[in-house]
Amino acid sequence: MSEKKDYKVIGTRPIRHDGVDKVTGRAIYGADFQITGLLHGRVLRSPHAHANIVSIDTTRAEALPGVKGVVTAQDLPTAEDKMADLGEGAVNLKYLCDNIFASDKALYKGHAIAAVAATNPHIAEEACTLIDVEYEVLPPVLEVREAMEQDAPILHENLRTSSLGETSDEPSNVASHIQFKKGDIDKGFADADVVIDREFVTGTVHQGYIEPHNATAHYNQDGHLTVWCSTQGAFTVREQLAEILQYPISKIKVVPLEIGGGFGGKINVYIKPVAALLAKKTGKPVKVLMNRADVFEGTGPTPASYITVKMGVKNDGKITAAQTGMYFEAGAYPGSPVGAGAMCIFAPYNIENVLIDGYDIVVNKPKTAPYRAPGATNAAFGSETVIDELAETLDIDPLEMRLMNGAKEGDHRSDGPVYPRIGFIETLEAAKEHPHYGSENGKKHHGRGIASGFWFNIGLESSVTISVNPDGTVNLVEGSTDIGGTRASIAMQAAEVLGIPAESVNPTVVDTNSIGYTAVTGGSRTTYATGYAAYEAAQDVVKQMIGRAAKLWDADESNVQFADGEFSSINGKEEQISFRDLSSRLGETGGPVVGRATMNPAGAGGAFATHVVDVTVDEDTGKVEILRYTATQDAGKAIHPSYVEGQIQGGVVQGIGWALNEEYIYNDEGTMTNASFLDYRMPTCLDLPMIDTIIVEVPNPGHPYGVRGVGEVPIVPPPAAIANAIYDAIGIRMTELPMSPDRLLKAMGKI
Amino acid sequence: MARKSHVQTTINGETVEFLCEPRQSLLEVLRDELYLTGAKEGCNNGNCGACSVILDGRLVNSCLVLGVETDGQNVETIEGLAEPEKLHPIQDAFLENAALQCGICTPGFIMSAKALLDQNPKPTEHEVRYWLAGNLCRCTGYDKIVRAVLDAAEAM
Repeated sequence: MSEKKDYKVIGTRPIRHDGVDKVTGRAIYGADFQITGLLHGRVLRSPHAHANIVSIDTTRAEALPGVKGVVTAQDLPTAEDKMADLGEGAVNLKYLCDNIFASDKALYKGHAIAAVAATNPHIAEEACTLIDVEYEVLPPVLEVREAMEQDAPILHENLRTSSLGETSDEPSNVASHIQFKKGDIDKGFADADVVIDREFVTGTVHQGYIEPHNATAHYNQDGHLTVWCSTQGAFTVREQLAEILQYPISKIKVVPLEIGGGFGGKINVYIKPVAALLAKKTGKPVKVLMNRADVFEGTGPTPASYITVKMGVKNDGKITAAQTGMYFEAGAYPGSPVGAGAMCIFAPYNIENVLIDGYDIVVNKPKTAPYRAPGATNAAFGSETVIDELAETLDIDPLEMRLMNGAKEGDHRSDGPVYPRIGFIETLEAAKEHPHYGSENGKKHHGRGIASGFWFNIGLESSVTISVNPDGTVNLVEGSTDIGGTRASIAMQAAEVLGIPAESVNPTVVDTNSIGYTAVTGGSRTTYATGYAAYEAAQDVVKQMIGRAAKLWDADESNVQFADGEFSSINGKEEQISFRDLSSRLGETGGPVVGRATMNPAGAGGAFATHVVDVTVDEDTGKVEILRYTATQDAGKAIHPSYVEGQIQGGVVQGIGWALNEEYIYNDEGTMTNASFLDYRMPTCLDLPMIDTIIVEVPNPGHPYGVRGVGEVPIVPPPAAIANAIYDAIGIRMTELPMSPDRLLKAMGKI
Repeated sequence: MARKSHVQTTINGETVEFLCEPRQSLLEVLRDELYLTGAKEGCNNGNCGACSVILDGRLVNSCLVLGVETDGQNVETIEGLAEPEKLHPIQDAFLENAALQCGICTPGFIMSAKALLDQNPKPTEHEVRYWLAGNLCRCTGYDKIVRAVLDAAEAM
């Protein structure tokens, strides 16, 4: 990696390129899209959590004036039980299609049954009430331990448990069982002086993006399908549409509009194929928007889980063994993030003997979707609470306990990989040195907690082209959805290479016809991988421009160098020309210069975080208030520090919501009873203090500027850190999320 | 379908006439009839504040106001805040402070902040947090938003 430290652009805080559009209301988000002749679609959803669909009669809806078309699962090509590869791992195509429209069974309240296109959204909504569906209602199962019982209602008659290479004979709600093993777990526990074994439960929570899902689709008479939408990845939408609609990928164009948050929840498609089916049926463009209840009831929450954690430690604080059973709800179809959770649970520590068992279990809830470090927050709630208890038992400072056992370069993660240079220890040291950790905290019912977290980050495919303008600016074209300032962080990497200001790069996010394949904005990959592609595309520009300078000076290319925005000749006549001046002379030296790069980088470099939180617990109401919060995180290299801080602060606050308030509350029938922003209580600014951030920079050897993804790991420590702070405040270990006032009061014996 | 009503109102200083059904909210009218899509729909029941506009000097969720109610009233939306070549100080402060990530809640926050500063030009941090508690942001954790509003108050 580059030794250069005197960056001109990287590490500065320019105004983001899309900023003015977004503070003036001019930016076009998915739902803002308009097109001539637009119809409006609405989706009818199952009122039952578990039911056989006996019949669907759309006659009355079709007869309503203004209704132009009704579609159901019958309009989808018949899906077989085959696996489709959508770039993010294989998925069962029948499950994928059945989640768009229930074909034989409704598997959760909110499961899409049919959809209507009409001349306005109110008529479409009214028409939905005229669709007659006969259901045979079945008992739902809503919790993983209940779903595993012998007599539990079975969601999928053909689902068998795939366990460590074997497949069960009987139908089961357990889709899979995975295992990671390291060392000898029995020996590890035998060597321990203290062993602690605990159980944890976490609630179902939603990503909670403010913008509901949206899609507008149009089929042209020549068979070309265009879909305008907000998504974390236009190319994955194209792939999913091609599979679900069984339609050639070459005839599908996905146009990504601005996106109002995603956090993992806008990767899977829901209403995009519905808009396409309605557009096909009506011959008109159709816009389908979800309302907030649709979003809660019909789109991916992140799973509730039941987790056991057992850890053994020597009297000197060395952890000798760690074992976990992780039972994650998948929602209606297999595919919980238990695998990712299993990779992360003990990852911050170098532990010799580890045994991890993970179970993916279907229940009658919406199919889960990724949510910021999927699986890792559930996992860390368990492991980081047990570590706190071990430290307390041995009377060791919990931060020292983590320093003593923390993973370093060369250590083996329990699921296999060997760590390259990582910065976990540095996050602990930064927390230790921060005035917060050394400050007084002795008041009654005040407590302090710490916790750490890990997310592995990913690379995947990115493409970038850069064309040089005659005034020395460049246009940068990319395929990564900008969900939180990545136009800036990508453009800045190109600007650094080209020796031009960040403002001289015009970044544009384009549709699937206009750039090479680019994977989703997810996995904390965008500033890393698309930024890497921008770096390489800029290097390609430099290489071509060196050729132009050589031509201009009648010199050999090897005798031209580029540094600090200036091309100069070496060996011979002293010539010099700035990037800007040479840009104006491209016509006379051979024509336009377009640099390009495609990447699939392997060295994403893991991200670690350590958080310190002070809370106070109200003894009468059970309410936990966050008094002070400090988050340290290894960013590798912060390209735009403001947006790194923003990622950390946003992740922390989502973690606080998960810790204290957020959960899907179900009644016995399997209906979510709090499907609104009033009752699903996300943090407001009045609930919070400022969130202090400490960016640690241990460069990632897998990126030219040392970038590590930063978006996900900050959500991982908060629930455990807050649980540890609550313990410090009132002496009670909370083992169930959210740690809402009612649970606190119960734990304190007040109700 | 109910017969549409004729409504005359002032939006961002301009007299505007439109037809709307009695059941259409001001938010729907702004977005679907007048193509002023800066006000966003996040929840359509007054809980997220993404559709915040100022109606006769008072901050409202435009999803909870009927279009027909605005006859003769004065509506300020995000589209009317900047001058032709100059952003409003609150807009500048949001950019300088990196107080937005996805940006979907930003127009609502900026209108709420304007309504606050119109009546309380030098709020404390707590007053800012109290006033903005009706606007949800899921990306930023609010830290930079609160700082932006305090900075804007200083600048104005």
